[in-house]
Amino acid sequence: MLIVVVSRVFRKAAAIGIMLCSVWGAGVAVAATSANEQMAAYAAQSGQDPQAIRGQAFFTSKHGKDWSCSNCHTATPTSQGKHASTGKAIAPMAPAFNPERFADAAKTEKWLRRNCNDVVGRECSAGEKADVIAFLLSFKR
Amino acid sequence: MSNQSVKRTLLRSKFLAPFLLFALCIAPGTQAATVDGAAAYQQECAACHMAYPPGMLPVASWKRLMGGLHQHFGADASLDAATAAEIANWLQAHAGTYKRVSEEPPHDRITQSKWFVRQHHELSAAVWQRASVGSASRCDVCHAGAAKGHFNEDDVRIPK
Repeated sequence: MLIVVVSRVFRKAAAIGIMLCSVWGAGVAVAATSANEQMAAYAAQSGQDPQAIRGQAFFTSKHGKDWSCSNCHTATPTSQGKHASTGKAIAPMAPAFNPERFADAAKTEKWLRRNCNDVVGRECSAGEKADVIAFLLSFKR
Repeated sequence: MSNQSVKRTLLRSKFLAPFLLFALCIAPGTQAATVDGAAAYQQECAACHMAYPPGMLPVASWKRLMGGLHQHFGADASLDAATAAEIANWLQAHAGTYKRVSEEPPHDRITQSKWFVRQHHELSAAVWQRASVGSASRCDVCHAGAAKGHFNEDDVRIPK
């Protein structure tokens, strides 16, 4: 009798516990994403189609300050770059050559916030972000 | 204990058990988010430069550096508030306390600390300017074990 009660009580308890666990897990898991998805989201926000050629111009020019994106990431972002001041190696930016790129939207936003500030002196617009991703996606293996 | 009271105790635990299980499953995650400043330091700071051993600067210097990440030696290194606080706490807990590190170096630059200058006094300016060296801030160019805190003089290899 006692064993039956114990097992019934705990089976139910465990089920509810596991359910709560999985709800929590789903909530905190990093939403998987891709360069294409993020480009589409920025394009939708800007209301214009992304253009690789505009992205290239943006990526390789200085915007009235000291650096361009290509200073650290090279003008052909299929190859390894180098941090302009610390000299640290930077893995390629083109997703076809580095699958880790644009796999996490929060990481993308963090780096764009900082690097746009360093290069352009302001936040980049959604259209500029979409163009740059289009440029990086134009490199295929 | 009678059979009845055992049943009562179990029924009470029936309501508590799901919450205990839930607490067990979130506990490791919560801990990782708040206690693991070392991992956050490695992930965020070492993305751009060597992970300088926290003992190389005093508390006051780390405090200032972590409070001014939006202008970090010429670059925007800003972080979300929670990550910045986590790293700041860890750095301050492990900051240098030896006598020679207690003095705040100019601009909070490790390379301008008196002990750093003294340790490297035999190197000419030309060595620092070599393309292969680049800057005094790149410890790991000459000290291969720098990122692990190994700076033994016998292991120094200065690139040509």
